[in-house]
Amino acid sequence: MTDITKLTIAETREGLKSKQFSATEVAKAYIQSMEDNRRYNAYVLETPEVALEQAKISEAKYQNGTQGALEGIPLGIKDLFCTKGIRTTACSHILDKFVPQYESTVTSKLLEAGVCVLGKLNMDEFAMGGSNETSYYGPVVNPWSKEKDLVAGGSSGGSAAAVAANMCAAATGTDTGGSIRQPSAFCGVTGIKPTYGRCSRYGIIAFASSLDQAGPIAKDVRDAAILLKAMSGYDAKDSTSAKVSVPDFEAFLNQDIRGLKIGIPAEYRPDGLNEEIAAYWDKGVEMLKERGAEIIDISLPHAKYALAAYYIIAPAEASSNLARYDGIRYGLRVPGQHLDDLYINTRTEGFGAEVKRRIMIGTYVLSAGYYDAYYLKAQKIRQLIRQDFVKAFEKCDAILTPTAPTAAFPIGDKSMLENPINMYLNDVFTVSVNLAGLPGLSLPIGLSKAGLPLGLQVIGKAFDEATIFKVASALEKDATFVRK
Amino acid sequence: MSEYVIETAKGKWELICGLEIHCQIISKSKMYSGASTEYGADPNEHVSFIDAGMPGMLPTLNMECVHQAVKTGLGLNAKINKYSAFARKNYFYADLPQGYQITQFQYPIVGEGKVSIDLEDGTTKDIGIERMHIEQDAGKSIHDLDPKKTFIDLNRAGVGLMEIVTKPDFRSPEEAGAFLKKLRSILRYLGTCDGNMDEGSMRCDVNVSVRPYGSDELRCRCEMKNVNSVKFVMQAIENEAKRHVEVYENGETIEQETRKFDPATGQTELLRKKEYAHDYRYFPEPDLLPLMLSDEYIEQTKKDLVELPDAKKARFVNELGLTKYDAMVICENKETADFFEKAAQGQDAKKVANWLMGDFFAMLNKKGLSIQESPISAQNLGALVGLITKNVISGKIAKDVFEIMAETGEAPEKIVEEKGLKQVTDTGAIEAIVDKVLVDNPDNVAAYRGGKQGLMGWFVGQVMKQSQGKANPAVVNELLKKKL
Amino acid sequence: MAIDQETVKRVAFLSRLKIEDDKIQATEKEFNKILNWVEQLNEVNTDNVEPLVSVNESYITCREDKVTDGNQVQAVLANAPQAEYGYFVVPKVVE
Repeated sequence: MTDITKLTIAETREGLKSKQFSATEVAKAYIQSMEDNRRYNAYVLETPEVALEQAKISEAKYQNGTQGALEGIPLGIKDLFCTKGIRTTACSHILDKFVPQYESTVTSKLLEAGVCVLGKLNMDEFAMGGSNETSYYGPVVNPWSKEKDLVAGGSSGGSAAAVAANMCAAATGTDTGGSIRQPSAFCGVTGIKPTYGRCSRYGIIAFASSLDQAGPIAKDVRDAAILLKAMSGYDAKDSTSAKVSVPDFEAFLNQDIRGLKIGIPAEYRPDGLNEEIAAYWDKGVEMLKERGAEIIDISLPHAKYALAAYYIIAPAEASSNLARYDGIRYGLRVPGQHLDDLYINTRTEGFGAEVKRRIMIGTYVLSAGYYDAYYLKAQKIRQLIRQDFVKAFEKCDAILTPTAPTAAFPIGDKSMLENPINMYLNDVFTVSVNLAGLPGLSLPIGLSKAGLPLGLQVIGKAFDEATIFKVASALEKDATFVRK
Repeated sequence: MSEYVIETAKGKWELICGLEIHCQIISKSKMYSGASTEYGADPNEHVSFIDAGMPGMLPTLNMECVHQAVKTGLGLNAKINKYSAFARKNYFYADLPQGYQITQFQYPIVGEGKVSIDLEDGTTKDIGIERMHIEQDAGKSIHDLDPKKTFIDLNRAGVGLMEIVTKPDFRSPEEAGAFLKKLRSILRYLGTCDGNMDEGSMRCDVNVSVRPYGSDELRCRCEMKNVNSVKFVMQAIENEAKRHVEVYENGETIEQETRKFDPATGQTELLRKKEYAHDYRYFPEPDLLPLMLSDEYIEQTKKDLVELPDAKKARFVNELGLTKYDAMVICENKETADFFEKAAQGQDAKKVANWLMGDFFAMLNKKGLSIQESPISAQNLGALVGLITKNVISGKIAKDVFEIMAETGEAPEKIVEEKGLKQVTDTGAIEAIVDKVLVDNPDNVAAYRGGKQGLMGWFVGQVMKQSQGKANPAVVNELLKKKL
Repeated sequence: MAIDQETVKRVAFLSRLKIEDDKIQATEKEFNKILNWVEQLNEVNTDNVEPLVSVNESYITCREDKVTDGNQVQAVLANAPQAEYGYFVVPKVVE
């Protein structure tokens, strides 16, 4: 019998419809895989009983023909999504034992579509990190690791690793500066951060509200399209969610891309860019050219400032968003004699080093006398970055870049741990997309000489994920990347 | 008006004062959540997950709070800003669940305006409004239930507030008191805030400084938070100004600080110095998009606005012939003004005003009733005045009828009819009584004719007595004069 | 704009975080490294550039004034470290 866990969502859906296997069999296969692959530390909470119960309901629905679009598909949920009755911690000590009494809009939509929940996935604490090493529950191990354990990337490291190791059919992720795309690239899977406002942020634990977006991490481009459709849509509970219709993204796969204009930004090829990555980027360009796309040189002159602007704006918003973790209403409380002692004790013990660093940087850049020099300056740069994209998209339909500057690196890499800026540089190709609020997808393009996956990023116009899927499905066909 | 000067042996000083008033918005649900604003519920009964600052929760904006703010802005003769935006004010406090307050900072919904205040000597003065913005209220900390614990109730957390900031235009405690009364009257007319300072639905922060009389310098000011009655506000201003004068005259300086007003002593005491002032780190609220009001909406709201006290007062003076003072007293409270207007319909308005402010208010006072609870309806009060004007009853009989109305609530016509209190104006009937009195008292007739003019009053009294008070005194007088 | 140890302490307090005395110097150094790095933004002339607050190009849609939430004391208090009589409980607040 085929290994169910190696099937894509599209394939599993077919198998369920044609009764090749039942929803319970699918759930059981993934539960087994989840148990067999615990060494990757991808899940911080396994909920097999929940998954089996949901699978049972799915079976009944297949019986009477009332199944939803994702009926019986087992997913892993990033621990940043609040799940009613299921512990949600953002992988932070400060949210110890927190059990939400509400469900995030995105997971509600998925549940309505019929998915079953295998458990909560590991991530960097409060999504702050690029290697999953800031998680209170320890780092995720990249399933592509050879001799040394490699990072899965971050912050959605658990999601990317779980998908890569077939520990779920697909997973939810969130992306504030690259947190879906970079781990997807590191783990050889496909992830898309949609346009800001495409998915509701209601019930997703906030990191940087003006940048955070949810999106899927999946085994291939089609699965990403299927899942994104289910996750998207206007939500009155999120004032920043967009009132735009959600196209059937799957319909844009395998389309003719002749005449499509693909922009290649000169600034994304700095001196010293990893040669293998540069080579795969060129190869991607060739593939699209072969299929009749027009390659256009574009310029994003302020792209090089995106990272610095991001590391002002994101910590500023985070410093405020994380003020609610004070030990009063939920989560960890470390007692103190007076209220301020309780706050300080709780927050000092509850937050990890990187989170504390960002809270303090964020507090500083917003404080009296520094606001204009840092925060306001960064917002102006953000404007310039967005304008760069607006201008670029006057000349092209989509942009192709590498996803990350390197392949997955070893866990505990000294240069990264000793200098936070080196870690921040992982986001160099992804953050500007968040700052401009645009959609971006990462798909695996091939393996490095060391046998590690590398990814390319396709960036689209606001709310034009459809074109991204067109381009990505063409690249996917030609890249013939072999999944685990 | 007479100037308010603080005079000491050493010199003369002038007071500078401005107010910041927090007014709770009347709405069914909270500003940023769908929980009820109803007062007096069990602890944490009216709390949504948003109000409790739960992870991942997002605010949504209540349309009614915006509408109430626009109405209030129009009532303050202020500029309504079509574009306004929300900001976060960051600080830690036990009853502030998010760790920040969602308020407006750079772009308030209401700009500059002015309010005309009525002073005791009959003059008026314009007080400038600097701005008004909308924000959320905090919860309540209860300190007196346990010596070592503070209890937190979030029922109030998230209720809408309007913060009105005046220009430093007050030059005496009386002016500040008159302003608060006027503001309360406007808010109640508009139905945007109930204006009850003792219940905390209107809370006042007072800023006070002094300067040598006649100078135009601006000296350091001190702020007193949450002064909760008009009387206390006036007291706080007076005593704080005196303190400043004393400090300056002792050769010392005033430092910018926050002080607390103690209602028991009438004095102020230090709460915190400026160096301990909060650093609120305001920044744009990323969870709420900016608010844009259309010209049509603002125009329509203006059209729909109720007549405000000043306009009503002017109309009562110009069209109904009331004195300025009477109009002011009647218009202070919308219910009184409405009652008056109903009663004065088709009647002599001045007489109605006299009755209203005289016997009617005295009756309510004695019975401890509000005007809405009055046993005498507006129509009936008007009808009573009508009976007097039409000479159906005398002013004296009217007082008796009023007493009965106050007890039974019956219509005056009915009482007059049933008790046979109609004034007799029929000359024939009165003539018969006059003739009888003259015949019965030949001695007094002779004395009068002999020059004792003083007996006229006695004759009138006799006729009135025999008519049981119903004879029209003017007719009686006339007939007596003729016959004697 | 270099940050000094006093500022580090002040920022830590504003953030309600404690930095052990022996870590203050290291924190100061690390902050300055990050701040120096972000100061590369000063290379860009941003005169006459409107700050970008939100990438959404629309305005807020308001909610109708209806009571749709609340009446769930148990759920609100479900995760509270300490709750009594329907209240959250904290050590006495002294201002």
